[in-house]
Amino acid sequence: MDLVQFLLVLVVLAAVVAVVSAPLRSGRAAEAAPDEDLGALEAAKEAKYREIRDAELDHRTGKLSEADWRALDARLRADAVEILRRLDEARG
Amino acid sequence: MDPRRKRTLRLVTALTAAFLLAGALAYTSFSASSEATEPSKLARDAKPGRSYQLTGKVVAGYRHEGSTLVFRVRDRDGTASVPVRYSGAVPDPFRAGREVIVDVRKRGAVFVGEKDSLVTKCPSKFSKSEQRS
Amino acid sequence: MATLGRACLILALAICLYGIVASVYGARTGRREWVASGRRSVYALAGVLTVAFAVLEAAFLRSDFAFDVVASHSSTTTPNFYKATAAWSSQEGSLLLWVWLLSLWSSLVLFAVRRRARQVQPWATAILLAFGAFFAGLTLFLADPFAVSSPAPLEGSGLNPLLRHPSMMVHPPMLYSGYTLFTIPFAFAAGALIARRLDAEWIAVTRRFSLAAWFCLGVGILLGARWSYVELGWGGYWGWDPVENASLLPWLTGTAFLHSVMIQEKRGMLKVWNVSLVLATGILAILGTFLVRSGILDSIHAFGASTLGRPFLVLIALLVAGSIGLVVSRRRELRSEHRLDSLMSREAVFLLNNLVLVGLAFVVFWGTFFPLISEALTGTKASVGPPWFDRYTVPLALVLVLLAGIGPVIAWRAASPAHLWRQFRLPLAAPLVVVGAGLAGGLGEHPAALVMFALAAFVLAAVGQEFWRGTLARRAMTREPVPVALLSLVRRNRRRYGGYLVHAGMAVLFVGVAASSAFQANRDVRMRPGQSARVNGYDVRYVRATTGLAGEKISLGAVLDVSRGGRHVTTLRPTRGYYPSTDPSLGPVARYFDGQATSEVGLRAGLRRDLWMAVEPDVQALEPFVRDADRRFGRAPPQLQGLLIAAIAERYRRHPAPATFRIIVSPLVSWIWLGALIVVLGALVALWPAPAAVRRRATSAYARRVAREVA
Repeated sequence: MDLVQFLLVLVVLAAVVAVVSAPLRSGRAAEAAPDEDLGALEAAKEAKYREIRDAELDHRTGKLSEADWRALDARLRADAVEILRRLDEARG
Repeated sequence: MDPRRKRTLRLVTALTAAFLLAGALAYTSFSASSEATEPSKLARDAKPGRSYQLTGKVVAGYRHEGSTLVFRVRDRDGTASVPVRYSGAVPDPFRAGREVIVDVRKRGAVFVGEKDSLVTKCPSKFSKSEQRS
Repeated sequence: MATLGRACLILALAICLYGIVASVYGARTGRREWVASGRRSVYALAGVLTVAFAVLEAAFLRSDFAFDVVASHSSTTTPNFYKATAAWSSQEGSLLLWVWLLSLWSSLVLFAVRRRARQVQPWATAILLAFGAFFAGLTLFLADPFAVSSPAPLEGSGLNPLLRHPSMMVHPPMLYSGYTLFTIPFAFAAGALIARRLDAEWIAVTRRFSLAAWFCLGVGILLGARWSYVELGWGGYWGWDPVENASLLPWLTGTAFLHSVMIQEKRGMLKVWNVSLVLATGILAILGTFLVRSGILDSIHAFGASTLGRPFLVLIALLVAGSIGLVVSRRRELRSEHRLDSLMSREAVFLLNNLVLVGLAFVVFWGTFFPLISEALTGTKASVGPPWFDRYTVPLALVLVLLAGIGPVIAWRAASPAHLWRQFRLPLAAPLVVVGAGLAGGLGEHPAALVMFALAAFVLAAVGQEFWRGTLARRAMTREPVPVALLSLVRRNRRRYGGYLVHAGMAVLFVGVAASSAFQANRDVRMRPGQSARVNGYDVRYVRATTGLAGEKISLGAVLDVSRGGRHVTTLRPTRGYYPSTDPSLGPVARYFDGQATSEVGLRAGLRRDLWMAVEPDVQALEPFVRDADRRFGRAPPQLQGLLIAAIAERYRRHPAPATFRIIVSPLVSWIWLGALIVVLGALVALWPAPAAVRRRATSAYARRVAREVA
């Protein structure tokens, strides 16, 4: 019984060491790190698109007048274009 | 108004509101609170009308009078006890020897429990500190 | 197998410490392989803790009383169903459950974001592992679930009968899932502060986890309330007990965070507020665990093991100091990108909702910790009761429900007065109708309840209008039939309409709370068989006493006939079950009546009202017989003692002493559970991942349009 437990502990220990040390053993640095701003810009883009969609839904459910919505939409889209431009820049 | 002054104003308003709420909380909680006391202290210097939170152990030999539970509570480590008349929900673990908490007011010689204020602590087998004692 | 379990705990602590070092080293030097190794140590942690937890569960299921926790929290007579859950009724087991869940959720989030938030992630990993190290350390050094005794006792003391209820099976894991899930946004927010990456990314990667945390904690709280209502013999679902409050605190600040974070996502505003809220929520989650586990405040749940108090206090002090330090030192990076455009906008409503929620959290915090505050200031421990809480929470809850109705119908950024009128005229009609009907129906004596009904009607009308208008707009575009249009509307805007459903559910829930608190009729009566009592128009007659012997439990109960105006309504059978005490100093028969007792309430639930009845038999009347039996047959074999107990029970059935009944007629309690189900449904809608295809199509469509405008 005690031997079984001892072996089980060894198995768990070996598995842990294997899992944790895998990236260190492989030697090569992990895949090339993408530009750090990319993630932030992607998040900003998603948020901006959501905002455009929300504004449209707000307009269609009557919360925004036609004129207000057009002005807002134009502004949001300009923001989105700017984000896309910077994304392209970041991607190179 | 220039934006900086506006921000300061907003900050001051928010802080004032927060302080008012905190002040109200502090004031009302002290006036509405009930002091936690042991039976020996309560027997000595309880003032009629004031609410106290009595903690102690139930003395064996409690009984029902109509729907009123009549029991005595003694000090956790002592024998001084006070009589309590209580009506309302009696928690399931209520037993002689168990630790209880009940909000009471002094009426004559007895202490009258506030309705549904009786709380019984978990019985000893589920609590480490009591297991030791 | 205890050795294996213990070895896993030691390994878990070692993994945590290694992972912290690897992650921090990787973050500081930018060496990705160390970051990856740190992340993998979280997976490894989940692995070893799964083994440890499985060992503990196996011990409970096999009733291996060599394990101290099994001997003190289970027994061979405990039903199998509850043996599995007895593991977390113990201090040791519940701490293990906590850290196990933490490792699972952390693995999930780190796996999901392994290619994102590169700079924040290693810091978040280190923080999550630090929590892991703390709790693994607690289980190793202070509350060891794998402590063993030799020789093993032959029988255990059993699971506290009060906990033998299905909702208690799910309640602790749900609560702990909520707590541990809230540490994830905490860790990422702190990581973002450390790495000075305060854009929207950490919010985007943890959004679903914040929502899941809010959801699990909410479900946990509700299950606790439900358990209290049907199992605890007092007929209430919320008592402002410190332990209940402890779980409510992070839920309140978490709710505030879920709202205000949308403003940051959209507008880049309120950054300081959001990180402060999420850090506070994480700390409150730890504080909640601490309150339950340290027994520092008097509560029916206080488990009284004060050895854990000090390490928890040190941890909380470190968390508070660290959080404040981080926010203050990063205040430049946290500056807002925009200003509030108008006070008539959804942003402003969200801001107000945040103030109310944080105010509520503050009130609850103050009341919960008042015994400690007053002891520090005046030297005597004093506490405040439910009336004090109600004084503040009722008005704040009313404002909150009002805002829950305004939010969905007001536009982002700025709403014009003309549109406001168009938006509000229908939803405003609903509360007027309710107030009129209420006053005519004589509900004027309870103004707070009436106002709550009116506000809830406003919320329901506002949400209904939103669904209706959205569906119409969708139909105008796609010419789909109404049900299809409604479904695709919700599918394409899950967060928005899921959120609206949650608002509607909360409104229904608050109607239940208001009605059942203001219009409840309850009476405690003492009756003999044949006598009857009248409560709120219902005649309740005590027909006869009942007894039952099942397993180790004796139940004494009553058959109650309920009628109204001479017409039979229902028959209820409340009972009270007595479990034998394990105290050997009591006699073999007496121990049956001196152990734990639980109520099985007689409940007839309905949409309009619940009839709730509990019985408390006068077991003292049986005492002479019990004492007599113990004196004469104290050394008799167990079978004979079983017969004696049956005979005493039979005597009770034939000649019952008067029993005390608690009879409650409570209107609309079911609405609480119904509202909760709607909230759950709404939260699931918001949580459910949007189908990838829909998302991509929408995204690329917008991208094309945006791109076209660039050209």
